[in-house]
Amino acid sequence: MQFAWSYKTNYLNAVCNIFHQEGSWAEVVSGFEYDKAIDNGVAGSKIIFNGPNKSEEDLKKAIKNDSLIHIDHLEELYSLIFLAEELKKRPKVAIRVNMDTGIYPMWDRFGFNYENGQAWDALNKIMISKKLDLVGLHCHIGTFMLSPNAYAIAAFKLTDLAINIEKKYSHYIKYIDLGGGFASKNTLKGSFLPGIDTNPSIDEYAEVISSALINSALNPEHLPTLILESGRALIDDAGYLLGSVIANKRLSAGKRATILDFGVNLLFTSFWYEHKITPAQEFTHYSEDTVLYGPLCMNIDVIRENINLPLLNKGDQVVAHCVGAYNVTQWMQFITLRPKIVLIDLDEKVHIIKDNETNQTMVSLEKLPEHLKKIDLK
Amino acid sequence: MKIKKNIAISDSGFIFNPSTGESFTVNPIGVEIITLLKEDKVKEDIKKQILDKYQTEDIVFEKDYYDFVGMLNHYHLAETNEEEES
Amino acid sequence: MKKKKVNIAVTGLNATDNPGPGVPVIRALHDSEFFDVRIIGLSYESLEPGIYMHDLVDKTYQIPYPSAGKESLLQRLEYINGIEKIDVLIPNFDAELYSFMKLENELKYMGIHTFLPTFDQFEERHKINLSEFGKKYKIKVPFAKAINSIHEIYSLTPEFTYPVVVKGKYYDAYIAYNPEQVLTHFNKIASKWGTPIIIQQFIYGSEYNVIALGDGKGNTIGAVPMRKQFITDKGKAWAGIAIDEKELLKMTTRLIKNTKWRGGMELELMKTQENEYYLLEINPRIPAWVYLAVGAGQNLPEALVKLALGIEVEPYTTFNVGKMFIRYSYDLIVDLSEFEQISTYGEL
Ligand SMILES: Cc1ncc(COP(=O)(O)O)c(C=O)c1O
Repeated sequence: MQFAWSYKTNYLNAVCNIFHQEGSWAEVVSGFEYDKAIDNGVAGSKIIFNGPNKSEEDLKKAIKNDSLIHIDHLEELYSLIFLAEELKKRPKVAIRVNMDTGIYPMWDRFGFNYENGQAWDALNKIMISKKLDLVGLHCHIGTFMLSPNAYAIAAFKLTDLAINIEKKYSHYIKYIDLGGGFASKNTLKGSFLPGIDTNPSIDEYAEVISSALINSALNPEHLPTLILESGRALIDDAGYLLGSVIANKRLSAGKRATILDFGVNLLFTSFWYEHKITPAQEFTHYSEDTVLYGPLCMNIDVIRENINLPLLNKGDQVVAHCVGAYNVTQWMQFITLRPKIVLIDLDEKVHIIKDNETNQTMVSLEKLPEHLKKIDLK
Repeated sequence: MKIKKNIAISDSGFIFNPSTGESFTVNPIGVEIITLLKEDKVKEDIKKQILDKYQTEDIVFEKDYYDFVGMLNHYHLAETNEEEES
Repeated sequence: MKKKKVNIAVTGLNATDNPGPGVPVIRALHDSEFFDVRIIGLSYESLEPGIYMHDLVDKTYQIPYPSAGKESLLQRLEYINGIEKIDVLIPNFDAELYSFMKLENELKYMGIHTFLPTFDQFEERHKINLSEFGKKYKIKVPFAKAINSIHEIYSLTPEFTYPVVVKGKYYDAYIAYNPEQVLTHFNKIASKWGTPIIIQQFIYGSEYNVIALGDGKGNTIGAVPMRKQFITDKGKAWAGIAIDEKELLKMTTRLIKNTKWRGGMELELMKTQENEYYLLEINPRIPAWVYLAVGAGQNLPEALVKLALGIEVEPYTTFNVGKMFIRYSYDLIVDLSEFEQISTYGEL
């Protein structure tokens, strides 16, 4: 069993290196992430390269470094065969497989479909070409999967492909990569019960996946390694966002509204989660239903549509919980600057792992044409 | 600002409007303010009493009082044809 | 015989036109020859009628909504138990069962006994999984499909023929005669209970229900089939009769045997013109018409309390066929001070 840290979830170097220290490989989906992993000291052979957009340059680099290239579409498959000839090197490849696991929506835009035979066709093309070294099979069936059983179906379908490859070509697949998608403790919008009570535990996923693999028809002498690219389940619950109250208001219908100094610009995930928000100082047990707004001048800047909170005053501090996944990679720089990020280590020592942006950081890449340099606005 | 005469409030903070049948709950400060309003105290008196009794600032009182009175109006608990505005 | 004193906490005090089972369960417990009960009502809203029925309910406490999470519920129950020393707790709402099941061990530790289905039983019979359930236990179920998005509505035919039943995950079921009506119900239900929404083939026929209690080892402690005689516009039985239908009893005991069902349950069935029973739903709790079973000779709530306390129970094997229930509504007269008490202090 091998973890590969999914960079897109949170690619602050400090966070990546925590996972690498624990033995995780790197799972990347772009040239940018690939270079980041290399710069973090990850050996090329321990980088899994996913995603539909790998440039020719990216692919060449990955081939030279013996990285594990997960093919998303036929164009890529043909490019790899071509590059293998050009570089006189056998790229290590897997294909990404999409499939029906009973989950809606089905992520069938990535990789090759299992049910209609696309995946099997692609595998045959790889084997027959003899130019590529088929080392694995990959899938990532979706994110925030609340039904562990979907992984049993995914495992079954990938092992089925592995067994057919073995039968036809006497070739053993080295690994089966089931991707990520395990749920964190967040609460999805529209759920009736809080996620912390209902979301499956890691044990439940582990149980389903291991029994599916053990009970499969795979040859026990040649069991492939299981790779997981779990992202949010490993980092979401570890992240907190600290902010404070800017103002309180009454909306026209009498509802209380509180404006915070962070909005969807920093907490992108509030588009799909009902983040738990708690006051950071003592409060009374008197509470009121409140809508929490961010500070942006956009109507969509809502952190919570309805939350029962004690009455907060201007300047009071609040904590948003479970924000570790997908925020520091998807947040937006809109009308204001993004804050510092600190890491608290096991000895409770605080380390700054990313500085706050300044106006200088924001304009450093800008260039002003000569004729716009002088303005005269007196 | 005057509370309607027939509005009843108990120590527990339970407010009952007998003409509409609606009921509300408020916290202990709310009870105090409504009791003072029912005694026909004006805002300045109420402010003085609250500021004497609790450690708070003028501006905080102003904001919270404004909000509270707004809610009393919103739920039709205040007299509508009063001569003096809060 | 001296009756055994027990403190029993009961939810579902909403004896409204869509009634919760709490009040009839309490009536049944008061009828017990074996127990001398003190009833602790647990309510969510200040207007649940049971709160004000002082000859049935000794004391009521508000508890937090399930959506607040099991931690808040546990804290509140710890407080209540500190005062009341609860021996047995009987939850009666579908939407709250999950939280109580999760808290089973913590409650046990506090000395509170429950007798609930296991997670596997609870999940397996879930509306969403009913088709699988039917296959596994060889019971006819209407063709059904869970949908997550309104885009799926227009492609329901030809798999389905209208009318269909549109159902929420926990509650609500509406009949729809065309895609537009499905859309309306979809939006209404989804905003309340979330997705998926279950689309079930409508089955023509007459409605039958069975109440039953399983001991968790495969034995049926009691079971009474009922035919609805009068149905409200919410689809609830307003009158019903205990019937001697061997086929339903056989189906029930077989189901309990195969699933090792633990706790109370209600089977909702439809009998077609061809005399075939289709299982529409399994509710994992005692139904609101439980008092018919008591009247017909099976005090199932009492038996459930015995099971929860680990007391030997002799299964019921007979009941009085032809006993009927006719529901009625009754206007309690309540002082404002009582409403104030429960609304402001959360206790009455
Ligand atoms: C290919 C792949 N692997 C892994 C992940 C990580 O998923 P998660 O954070 O849901 O575990 C993603 C996320 O989209 C992905 O696309």
